[in-house]
Amino acid sequence: MAEKVLMLALSPTMEEGTIVRWLKKEGETVKNGDILCEVETDKATMDYESIQEGTLLKIVVGEGGAAKVEQPIAIIGKKGEDYSALLAEVEKGSPSKSPAPGAGGAGAATAPATAGGVAASAGGPAVFAAAPASADFGETGNGRVKSSPLARLLAQEAGLDITRVAGSGPGGRVVKRDVEGAKAGFGAGATGARSAGPVAGGASPHSAPIAAPAAAAIPSALKSESVPISGKRKVIAERLSQSMFTAPHYYLRLAVPADAMVKARAALNAKHDRKVSLNAFLIKFAAEAIKRFPAVNSSWQGSTIQMFGSIDIGLAVAQPDGLITPIVRDCGSKGVVQIDAELSALIDKALSGKLKPEEYNGATFTISNLGSFGIDEFTAVINPPGSAILAVGSIKKEPVVGPDDRIEAKTLMRLTLSCDHRVIDGAVGAKFLSTLSDFIEDPVRILF
Amino acid sequence: MSDVEYDVAILGSGPAGYVAGIRASQLKLKACVIEKDKPGGVCLNIGCIPSKAIIHEAEGFAALAGMEELGIKVDRAGLDYSKVLKKSRDAADAMARGVTFLLKKNNVPLVQGTGKITARGEITLGDGKKIRAKNILVATGSSPKQIPGFEFDGKIVISSDGALMLSELPKRILILGGGAIGCEFAHILSAFGVEVILVEMLDHLLPLEDAETVAVLERSFKKRGITVLTGTKALEMKKGKGSAAVTLEEKGGKKRTEEVDKVLVVVGRGPNTGGIGLENVGIKTDRGFIPVCDYYQTEVPGIYAAGDVTASPLLAHVASKEAEIAVEHMAGHPTIPRIDPDTIPGAVYTEPQVASFGVNEERAKREGIAYAKAVFPYRGAGKSVAIGKSDGHVKVLYDPKTHEILGAHIVGAEGTELIHELLLAKYSELLPEDIATMIHAHPTLSEAVMETARTAEGWVIHV
Repeated sequence: MAEKVLMLALSPTMEEGTIVRWLKKEGETVKNGDILCEVETDKATMDYESIQEGTLLKIVVGEGGAAKVEQPIAIIGKKGEDYSALLAEVEKGSPSKSPAPGAGGAGAATAPATAGGVAASAGGPAVFAAAPASADFGETGNGRVKSSPLARLLAQEAGLDITRVAGSGPGGRVVKRDVEGAKAGFGAGATGARSAGPVAGGASPHSAPIAAPAAAAIPSALKSESVPISGKRKVIAERLSQSMFTAPHYYLRLAVPADAMVKARAALNAKHDRKVSLNAFLIKFAAEAIKRFPAVNSSWQGSTIQMFGSIDIGLAVAQPDGLITPIVRDCGSKGVVQIDAELSALIDKALSGKLKPEEYNGATFTISNLGSFGIDEFTAVINPPGSAILAVGSIKKEPVVGPDDRIEAKTLMRLTLSCDHRVIDGAVGAKFLSTLSDFIEDPVRILF
Repeated sequence: MSDVEYDVAILGSGPAGYVAGIRASQLKLKACVIEKDKPGGVCLNIGCIPSKAIIHEAEGFAALAGMEELGIKVDRAGLDYSKVLKKSRDAADAMARGVTFLLKKNNVPLVQGTGKITARGEITLGDGKKIRAKNILVATGSSPKQIPGFEFDGKIVISSDGALMLSELPKRILILGGGAIGCEFAHILSAFGVEVILVEMLDHLLPLEDAETVAVLERSFKKRGITVLTGTKALEMKKGKGSAAVTLEEKGGKKRTEEVDKVLVVVGRGPNTGGIGLENVGIKTDRGFIPVCDYYQTEVPGIYAAGDVTASPLLAHVASKEAEIAVEHMAGHPTIPRIDPDTIPGAVYTEPQVASFGVNEERAKREGIAYAKAVFPYRGAGKSVAIGKSDGHVKVLYDPKTHEILGAHIVGAEGTELIHELLLAKYSELLPEDIATMIHAHPTLSEAVMETARTAEGWVIHV
């Protein structure tokens, strides 16, 4: 009996996946555990490990094509079996977001155009990450999802699969705010609601296969092509454009002597098993400066300004396919060692694509540090809902005119603060940045 | 050095303060509670608890009339109101002792004295002793408000405090203020046979409650002989010997003068935020209230405020919850940033009782909230007829599309208990359908709640 192969939720927040490449060809035998294809989710590229067995009869969604979770991507069954009825059902049922592989498409058993000629060398048993972490998703272990009746109803109305919504209620129960967060998509705030990539609808044409970040070789020549955008790229694009084009940015720059901070860090690290990062220091200094200028820790809401009761600082972290800002919460009440411990755990998660939405949504202030890339100074786009972002350049020695007009070498770090003028006026931004630089220059001043 | 160092020092031992102390101890914080008066605050000593004791006696007394219908002769002339007072004081004292015991059991020292914040992290007592703490929670509560021309004198013009300490009943009383406290005293005093004139400036008693629901209480009050004057202002008062003449202006400008032997002024309560040293740390109050942000933090780091000193509803259960949140935040324990105001129950202990939470019709109209309503009369539940308390209704406002419960309003016997089934439903996001399909024991008043939910779902049985 031929059956559909459905797109699985390969990450907790995944709603839609793009097939990067098929590792099995039509006609090939598939065993339970074989890797069928690679799927790009909203956060990472994952292997799709088969939970079905038989012969891969038909690939429905070709490379570069996208399918929502639970939508069929292929048909599997016995060799030579007639699956035309099932195919007709599949083609009728799915809004066919992607062209069927191969030019012919309509016919029954035309071989897919596996352009790359990929061999199905699965190697050893692959680790499969299909099942969402049950603790986060309110599953009770028997397939039942803990969710409130209202949340179920709202999810149904919104066409959301409740099993894919992370619960923030008691015992991980999915409640109304989670569904609303999922509906609103990325940036729902720190409600604990999961974020979903923008629900499909306005997807771009999938005319060309997407380049798999890790697997594809660097092309030897430039090629003119239209590359489908990932859900994540779309979120980054939308949020940053919205920030740049609605928040009137202005920029404040200064160069601050960094010796004392470097020394303080060395002194701390000498006594501490784990090395505390420079970023943890910057977060701590920023939090202390925010305490003195709470206006920086706020958000323009149209008719009101939201002042945040907690200093939640995000740090921009580069990922192979984008960036993400894990957030250390309530930095105002934490010491640098605790901030560093939380930060490094978050960065590990960010790099492995395992951050939960509540760990990256709703920064009230953001730091972006490109110093390690050798950048001296740069300007950053404000990361909503925050109203300011600090761009940190490299620390290096520079000639400085000293008090007695002599040129001397000083270790400087260049900072650029981008502010949303709707909320933070120039004088406030300036006082904040100069206080922050005071702390960096002389950390003892935090005690003042 | 006699100075002591705490994680949190709590100013006030009312429902915010003592609960904060216990919660702090549970979360391994070193806490102390500072109280200048008796432990337990207004709620236990001169509010919720003694008033409920008196209401209980009042209702027992009024129920004797029902006995006469059965042919039993009851001589009610022997009522000694000072015994009622004593019983209520006994209840209050027992509760205050309970608070002392609970604090002791949780190793939270109860410091007797008048504390004043003298610096961040420092409270100075009247005797000059200093208490140092990483955090301070201000929970000093509220006191009865006065109005010009009707200042409390403790004899003729009394506050709720005075009314709770009466040792004998007046013959005729004018109550200024038709809020929860005014209505409860009207209920008590009329049950004991006092002639009551209840005056409210706005158009309805309990002005914040659902008007259709309050109308039932107003009808019932009038039927009992209470003179209910809504939309009425008190203009002036002339005190005589042991009595007062109060001139009132009814809606439309008609004036009337009422001669009474007591005037009870219950026009609200004001926060106790003077003289506690807020100015020493730079906390500015707003109309007396302490402004707070998430987790009930004030603008000064390390200082929190909970209960009646903040601008949230002046209710004991709100005070306790706010205090818990503040302390949990201090301890770094997971908590919510603030109470959802739509899940705060209100309870008025009149007869019939009034209980509610969330959106009412007036607010829905004002704020443009789409709603549908389901109303079920008490008399449709057999139990209410059996016990002779069929006056009242259960009313639920819900979202017309999703049926999400927006608010509920009960007027009727035991309404203050019945409200919680609906509140639990709202809080855990159950839908009317869940209540409608759940079996409710027969015969109970709770069946009225079920039938209201069925009304919302379109299959009510008993109307």
